[in-house]
Amino acid sequence: MIRVVLPGHLRALARVGAEVQLHIEGTVTQRSVLDALEAQYPMLRGTIRDHVTHERRPFLRFFACEEDYSLEPPDTPLPDKIASGAEPLLIIGAIAGG
Amino acid sequence: MSGVRLLVGTRKGAFVLTSDGKREKWGVSGPHFAGWEIYHLKGSPADPNRIFASQTSGWFGQVIQRSDDGGKTWTQPGTPPGESTTGPGGMPKGESNKFVYDTSAETGKPLTTHQFYDGNQHPWEFKRVWHIEPSPTDPDTVYAGVEDAALFRSTDGGQNWKELSGLRGHGTGPKWQPGAGGMCLHTVILDPANPNRIYIAISAAGAFRTDDGGNTWKPINKGLVSPYIPEPTAEVGHCVHHVAMHRSRPNVLFMQKHWDVMRSDNAGDSWKEISGNLPTDFGFVIDVHAHDPETIYVVPIKSDGEHYPPEGKLRVYRSKSGGNEWEALTKGLPQSNCYVNVLRDAMTVDSLDKCGVYFGTTGGQVYCSPDAGDSWTPIVEHLPAVLSVEVQTLA
Repeated sequence: MIRVVLPGHLRALARVGAEVQLHIEGTVTQRSVLDALEAQYPMLRGTIRDHVTHERRPFLRFFACEEDYSLEPPDTPLPDKIASGAEPLLIIGAIAGG
Repeated sequence: MSGVRLLVGTRKGAFVLTSDGKREKWGVSGPHFAGWEIYHLKGSPADPNRIFASQTSGWFGQVIQRSDDGGKTWTQPGTPPGESTTGPGGMPKGESNKFVYDTSAETGKPLTTHQFYDGNQHPWEFKRVWHIEPSPTDPDTVYAGVEDAALFRSTDGGQNWKELSGLRGHGTGPKWQPGAGGMCLHTVILDPANPNRIYIAISAAGAFRTDDGGNTWKPINKGLVSPYIPEPTAEVGHCVHHVAMHRSRPNVLFMQKHWDVMRSDNAGDSWKEISGNLPTDFGFVIDVHAHDPETIYVVPIKSDGEHYPPEGKLRVYRSKSGGNEWEALTKGLPQSNCYVNVLRDAMTVDSLDKCGVYFGTTGGQVYCSPDAGDSWTPIVEHLPAVLSVEVQTLA
């Protein structure tokens, strides 16, 4: 199972705890994780990436194994520790504003 | 017993304030959607338990919420959790937060451009919903005025939204430009006597009207004069802040423009100034008494550069003659050291007798006058900055 940690406002929107678990077939990438996340929690569609272009919303970042994957192409494989569930993929709201 | 429910949108959540018909003691529930900007909430006249809310965030984008129990519980009216987000044939199901400009070959327009701050042309980019206007007759039909300026409609209770693209694409769009708050469609008025007629207003483009249910639109800005734009009497480009109408006289409109308070007696075909003896005719809100269509309210703000009341005195001004002659209403309002603003959707009136008038401030106060403006009392004083106030009069 893939583990994903959501920012607080999206936990409230999806009515979940800090971490959600997803089942993914095939290669684990940003795109496959977000596809699975949005399928399981449809209310999150449009909140992490654009509805149509699927581009990451500018004030969100994707961290995996202490590395920033936000600017990686969406089909780049994520680290093995993410794919095995040993480490969670962190979706972070950029720290700005109030 | 009759009562009122006040729907308050703030920078950090929504609040629901309730009272009986006396409007003296209030219950406060909230914050709902804590931490999110709630630009607007509005109840369906056809089903008062149904309330729509625009929940937005610079981080997470736009969400539409709906309550079917008068604001106690809320859901996003899209695909339920656990269900596939696509239907047969892979077609996407409803997404309450999906606002995509209509560029389809059948009904849409190309994704046009508008004037940007730097004078160049800029493509439309969806940012947020400023105003929600439920149908007076059908609880499943609701309109959304959005930034960048466009009008959307849902006919399934907020699950699917479709742009009425004839507005954005009717031809004057390249001359529209954002005001300081963005290029927002902030006013939607549905004519109660003619379901095909809708008025909308945009900062900074002006007012527009459709007479065929939203297919075609025309600017209705004749008589507006804006000396701070290159062509002061231009067909479009005016920074209209808000428009109000009394439901018994849908051809009579009142407008608070950037500067100037205006009136039209012919459905917007022409406007005349009614600022009269106001201390300043800059402001954002304007509203009409529920039972007297010639009684109107504004809150004068010092200037475009100083968004607070003149002399630090928070005064509502009332005209009982449809404009030009105004009286200051001050009883119960702070008359010194007050430097709040009252934003364009933050005033509303109930339909009780006497008519209740309400407004919210950027300082977090929501004021109530249960006697048509003669006296005022703060209901709450320490909310986040208030973006919008709407009232429901409950039987």
